[in-house]
Amino acid sequence: MTLDFSVVANAWPALLSGVMGTMLLAASGMALAMIIGVLGVAILRAQMRIPSFLVTAFVEIIRNTPFLVQIYFIFFALPLAGIRLNPTITAILALGLNGGAYAIEIIRGGVESISKGQTEAGLALGLHRGEVFRLIVLKPALKAIYPSLSSQFILLTLTTAICTSISAYELTSVGQRIEAETFRSFEVYFTLTMIYLVISLITMWVLAAIGKRAFNYPDR
Amino acid sequence: MEQSQQGGARMIEMRKVEKWYGAFHALKSVDLTVRQGERIVLCGPSGSGKSTLIRCINHLETIQDGEIVVSGHRLNDSQKAVDAVRREVGMVFQQFNLFPHKTVLENCILAPMRVRKLSRADAEATARRYLDRVRIGNQAEKYPAQLSGGQQQRVAIARALCMEPKAMLFDEPTSALDPEMVKEVLDTMIGLARDGMTMICVTHEMGFARQVADRVIFMADGEIVEENDPDTFFRNPQHERSRAFLGEILAHH
Ligand SMILES: Nc1ncnc2c1ncn2[C@@H]1O[C@H](COP(=O)(O)OP(=O)(O)OP(=O)(O)O)[C@@H](O)[C@H]1O
Ligand SMILES: [Mg+2]
Repeated sequence: MTLDFSVVANAWPALLSGVMGTMLLAASGMALAMIIGVLGVAILRAQMRIPSFLVTAFVEIIRNTPFLVQIYFIFFALPLAGIRLNPTITAILALGLNGGAYAIEIIRGGVESISKGQTEAGLALGLHRGEVFRLIVLKPALKAIYPSLSSQFILLTLTTAICTSISAYELTSVGQRIEAETFRSFEVYFTLTMIYLVISLITMWVLAAIGKRAFNYPDR
Repeated sequence: MEQSQQGGARMIEMRKVEKWYGAFHALKSVDLTVRQGERIVLCGPSGSGKSTLIRCINHLETIQDGEIVVSGHRLNDSQKAVDAVRREVGMVFQQFNLFPHKTVLENCILAPMRVRKLSRADAEATARRYLDRVRIGNQAEKYPAQLSGGQQQRVAIARALCMEPKAMLFDEPTSALDPEMVKEVLDTMIGLARDGMTMICVTHEMGFARQVADRVIFMADGEIVEENDPDTFFRNPQHERSRAFLGEILAHH
């Protein structure tokens, strides 16, 4: 068997737009996951029974079921409720909800690692609980868990490949199409592997750069 | 001294305060009146309830019975009363509790802007004034982690002062400090006392107590056991427990 990468090379415009699709899913999914993560922890901290229960239930359901099933569920369940979303939006929603559940767990750990003295100092100065969370606890908490959050977001980036199952436009779906047209399976998936590796490395680098800017104060 | 004990308006009043942590009785029928301008030193063995007592005053702990009135505001569970009290009472902690992600100046302006609704310019002007007063004005742009413990504690004092409180609570402000930094913080507190600040200080710094306290209050097992002017308290403690405590303190110093 001879290897022929020319068919893959010739498809570079399609691959490039696939990469764009993947990056769009990953970046939007991370943003949504981040919002869900912070809001979820804020709700848990408010210690109201029913909202806290709902957040905990959400986290447990997401963390104990496969992503593939989750994305199919959203894809096929929402239309039953009369909501029609295109595959890309559905994929972002699924990635955001899934990543958000993990983000809640991680960020909660960070919040718990912040000494109670910080909260007490804020309260003693007359700030309210919400302000204390937003202005005093949140940033040091995020700094403490930023490495774990980053790994989770790398995982989210790789999980975008599963979104091909609902025909969202991203790199893996492009690859599958090229494979179907050329029958060059090895060349296609070897190339995808390399491209995903590069995407991961770039994501890691970008996240590190963001972390460095956002948390640029010295620790003790 | 006479005058500050008798004359000033009642700033802090605790009447028959009972505090429980679950089944543990932490404050037992505590009565305490602090008048405006008075300086109280609170001491006693570990676990006697000193921190609990002062933390009740700004509602960091809730009480189960009795009442606390601070500057005319009766503390109950209404957020309004709690807000009013916290606006007028500053607190300094053993562990400084500066906000690590904010510069010294930002630490000092956060609450004045949020709670007192000062403009940034006004809050910064106030902050710089108090930072100068605790002799740390030239470090305003640094982060807490870049300062020594003594400097951090002085910033914490300035941060509390920026709210222009009517009274200050100190919970062992020098206990976490290296010995060579204790003096700079005590000097700052002595300065405050001289300027007439109403203060309750939990501390075992007996030199400080002798120098500035109007009254020394000795606690044991959740009760106020003895309450006296520093001279009497140190020279002629009335209770066996105070004597034992003083003996131990002096042995350590
Ligand atoms: N959150 C809490 N839950 C349960 N028990 C507590 C709590 N906080 C304090 N206590 C208990 O209440 C008692 C009084 O504690 P407190 O911290 O007021 O003592 P203290 O006089 O300040 O002691 P120290 O000199 O060690 O600071 C202690 O026996 C302590 O174990
Ligand atoms: Mg204490």
